[in-house]
Amino acid sequence: MTDTSDGLDFAAATTEPVEDWATDYDIFDPDYIADPFPIWDDLRGGCPVAHTDRWQGSWLPTKYDDVVALARMVPELSSTDPIVVKPPSDDTADANAYSTVNAPPISSDPPVHTWSRRLILPAFSPKATEAHEPFTRQLCQDLIAQFIDRGEVDAAGEYAQQIPPRVIAHLLGVDPERADDFVEWVNGVLGAGLSRPEVRTHYRGKIREFFMAEIADRKANPKDDLISELLAAEIDGEPVPDLHVAGTCNLLLVAGIDTTWSSIGAALWHLATHSDDRQLLVDDPSKLDNAIEELLRAYAPVTMARVVQEQTEFQGVTFEPGDKILMNFPGANRDPEAFENADVVDLERQRNRHVAFGVGIHRCAGSNLARLEMQVAIGEFLKAIPEFHLAEGANVTWAGGQVRGPRKLPIVF
Amino acid sequence: MRIIVDTDKCEGHNRCYSLAPDLIDVDDYGYASAIGDGNVPPELADAARLAVDNCPEYAISIEE
Repeated sequence: MTDTSDGLDFAAATTEPVEDWATDYDIFDPDYIADPFPIWDDLRGGCPVAHTDRWQGSWLPTKYDDVVALARMVPELSSTDPIVVKPPSDDTADANAYSTVNAPPISSDPPVHTWSRRLILPAFSPKATEAHEPFTRQLCQDLIAQFIDRGEVDAAGEYAQQIPPRVIAHLLGVDPERADDFVEWVNGVLGAGLSRPEVRTHYRGKIREFFMAEIADRKANPKDDLISELLAAEIDGEPVPDLHVAGTCNLLLVAGIDTTWSSIGAALWHLATHSDDRQLLVDDPSKLDNAIEELLRAYAPVTMARVVQEQTEFQGVTFEPGDKILMNFPGANRDPEAFENADVVDLERQRNRHVAFGVGIHRCAGSNLARLEMQVAIGEFLKAIPEFHLAEGANVTWAGGQVRGPRKLPIVF
Repeated sequence: MRIIVDTDKCEGHNRCYSLAPDLIDVDDYGYASAIGDGNVPPELADAARLAVDNCPEYAISIEE
């Protein structure tokens, strides 16, 4: 399938069938993408830290306590390379484009991580995030108005996927009409690009080019937006380098879009396939915020990677320098040792220390905004369309690997 | 009953702030602290327990 304006191949990676998940797992395997839960359950019981040589090799922890311990293992595990599949080492375009920029703070270790995170946290505090609620609500209502008379919609492509690009554009102060471009770029980095580094490199370049132009524009004409704020900030009396600002904008675009539309889409998939849960929230919308936490637990989308810095013994296995460790937060959230009835999605669950947004110093900086978008997106959808279910014979498709969510979700109402 | 936030452990998830906004405040960076001396009136005891039970960093505790 070639469906981009740049003519690059966005087809899913081809994978050899997996026979032994403990020693040869594949995060791009179609079964793993569609339904990873039984695979994690099996691994937890027998080989809780699995290994594979596929895709340049990595380790996959599956227990809550292990994932949390590994997430806190700083500086032994580095965040400088959070994507599993690296470009070939001779790919200088990628090295030049991103060795200095990358996506701070997600791709940084202390001390750079510390100041680059503090730089963006105020824009995502609970109080700052609340200011984006009216925009988000209006956006959701406008999107719904476009399809409500049809009685059917692709709830992933026409709704979930349309919300985060516009909210992030609004927050950054860039043209929300470019949302279709942002979707293509983000798909290029975190969709097809996860297993196809050449696609990722291409789109990273496009994103950097876009933000360097925005930065040049803000320097000439400062505005009341986040890009201007980042440019006005000082670290030890010095302005933040343009490439750093471009890298942080790249992070906000890529990480703020793909992850959140995956979560909104997965939540809608759940409600389209579980009518009792849908009815529960229609009957009592005050249960929505708590329900969103449970949907985040059950369908956490994100699995970033860390890189081992020195030989480390962990739960009977030995990590070597350069090994990738997958921060399997989605699997941790399904661990029966950490959650009562872990495999049951209970929208009224009260005790929920889920780690959908990670733990430790790399806790998702945009978690408050993601929650707001989910609460508003699901709340407005249920208000306008209280009854819906999957279309008959619906061909629901999921993306996965390091960010899991539905990409096609045909529903009728 | 008193609610206590271990500020060394807090990573700014803001779960406590959304579940118990009368007991917890957050700073401009999203890091939490107990309001006042952390005293929990009886009608907010359930909210305090929810804040404890939903902190992924185990940063919140209650002193009965």
